[in-house]
Amino acid sequence: MDGAPDDIVIRVKGLETRFGQQIVHDGLDLEVRRGEVIGVVGGSGSGKSVLLRAIIGLKRPDAGEIDVLGREVWRLDEAAARELERRWGVLFQDGALFSSLTVMQNIEVPLREHCPMPARLMDEIATCKIALVGLPEASGDKFPAQLSGGMRKRAGLARALALDPEILFLDEPTAGLDPIAAAEFDRLIGDLKASLGLTVFLVTHDLDTLYAICDRIAVLVDKRIRVGTLAQHLQDPDPWFQAYFHGPRARAALAAGAAAAQPVAPAGARIG
Amino acid sequence: MASAASIFAVEDGRAFVLRAEGSWLVGDAGPLDGRLRQLRLPSGRQVQLDLAGVDRLDTAGAWLVLRTEQALEARGNTVAVTNVRPSFAPLLAQLREHGAVSPLPHPIPPHHTFIGFLARLGEVTTMLARRGYAMLGFGGLVFTTIARLSWRPGRLRLTATFVQMEQTGLDAMPIVGMLSFLVGVVMAYQGADQLRRFGAEIYTVNLLGISILRELGVLLAAIIIAGRSGSAFTAQIGTMQVNQEIDALHTLGLDPVEVLVLPRVFGLMLTLPLLVFYADAMGLLGGCLMTWGTLGINVPAFLDQLRGAITMWTLWIGVIKAPFFAAIISMVGCYEGFNVTGSADSVGRLTTQSVVESIFLVIVADAAFSILFSLLHI
Repeated sequence: MDGAPDDIVIRVKGLETRFGQQIVHDGLDLEVRRGEVIGVVGGSGSGKSVLLRAIIGLKRPDAGEIDVLGREVWRLDEAAARELERRWGVLFQDGALFSSLTVMQNIEVPLREHCPMPARLMDEIATCKIALVGLPEASGDKFPAQLSGGMRKRAGLARALALDPEILFLDEPTAGLDPIAAAEFDRLIGDLKASLGLTVFLVTHDLDTLYAICDRIAVLVDKRIRVGTLAQHLQDPDPWFQAYFHGPRARAALAAGAAAAQPVAPAGARIG
Repeated sequence: MASAASIFAVEDGRAFVLRAEGSWLVGDAGPLDGRLRQLRLPSGRQVQLDLAGVDRLDTAGAWLVLRTEQALEARGNTVAVTNVRPSFAPLLAQLREHGAVSPLPHPIPPHHTFIGFLARLGEVTTMLARRGYAMLGFGGLVFTTIARLSWRPGRLRLTATFVQMEQTGLDAMPIVGMLSFLVGVVMAYQGADQLRRFGAEIYTVNLLGISILRELGVLLAAIIIAGRSGSAFTAQIGTMQVNQEIDALHTLGLDPVEVLVLPRVFGLMLTLPLLVFYADAMGLLGGCLMTWGTLGINVPAFLDQLRGAITMWTLWIGVIKAPFFAAIISMVGCYEGFNVTGSADSVGRLTTQSVVESIFLVIVADAAFSILFSLLHI
């Protein structure tokens, strides 16, 4: 859509979340620009998923403001909230597909709910999404329990994309996938971002994903976030950063990422 | 700025031009789809699909563009998609590359035809036969495990068995007692009402004594326990199955039947007879109070009449059935729990199925007992 290249689609200001006595976020600020892929990393229990849940309206923060697409997520009335939810898609960790529906029906749930259209067109669009996320055509009639973990994630992604959202939230998209499937998933997200002009907000532990597709990396340490490019983070003297970005696993992933950097297309295309 | 999506057909000299306009987004896809299907497409011509007027395009819109292109080509036209904005190109290219094709139209659901009905009938019959066979197999497995255990009775898990007895027996006492009491009240009232016409209201006591002790007490207790504990067994074991806890037991060298099934089976077989006795007592109490209230038969007179109406066997016939019903309920509950696969959905489905099956089998077994007792003239 229109706007300056660095217009902000997600703005979090002074976020505070608590579980009882335990403080998870304390004055956290974050800005996500349109069309970028931002990766959120941090140790286990540092509140990455909680941040995601606060942004998409599932966990009410104790203080602070969250704007998505210029709307304050936690101050909207019911109708406006529904309207906003149409404009983002969420992929949960294990796909969170409705287990009593087939893949096709899962994808059609948001379509049926928000965009009245003939059943045949709905089937066509769902088939399109299935093809788009690289699932074989026959998987449309399968139930989630009949799919492998990787296929379930793809199906979940197809459902998240059903309404062509502007922002895509991914919670650990490559967790539990084998390295080949994980690399394919990374490439898929890169491709989709290029063709659909998505802004992608992803929470991950996967260093390869970070290096392969993220434009910027948000690091959650000490209840706050520090955003920067990979190069900036690599130079950060903070011991946690040193351990995270210079550990043995990180070095291997960095080498792989650098090798893969050439073929990855500059993903600047945006839908007008 | 976001104008409604539309498409116009224009004759432009030799070429046929389809001019697309507006925002081709998923929200407008429904009306647009209707418009596209109404278009009278030419055949064997040069067609230009002009996207100059399209200001926004998403996957649904792109699909409609591609579908129109395919439909035109199928009629022998040469199609050129022109004036595509550079920002739309990747999306169209990607959809083309992934070979998005129309899904096959849904066939008529087979069960809507007569042949389909027959096929389904056959399917259900074989499925029932297979399920009966598998259940019998499970029963056999439990019995061989019991036989194996009888060599080393020390391996029976006493603590778990007592826990099951508490949960299935002690905790069920309020509901079983309450319902039996109420059924006794209702029976007494209805019986007295009918028998009074013959001046035989004193026989209400006989009616109560025989029906509650022989049938109602045990059936009521068994059905409540099937709903309460049979379902719990399925849900517990099913959840463990989903969590791979059953697999974990196997790998740790533990036998799931020994660890999970036997305590439940033994626990219920021990408690259900006790519950039946308790249900009998509560039912008679309810009947006694009701006859006192409506017929003026006081407690000593009630007991006196009862003593003449029943024998020790009347009580035993009810109680003797209880362990068999308990075995049915617990084994069906456990068996269905092991049948759970993968999804949380199947836990719910099989729990329902386990309750229905165990109540069905309990009533079938009760009928079988009736036939047996009549043959034995008891």
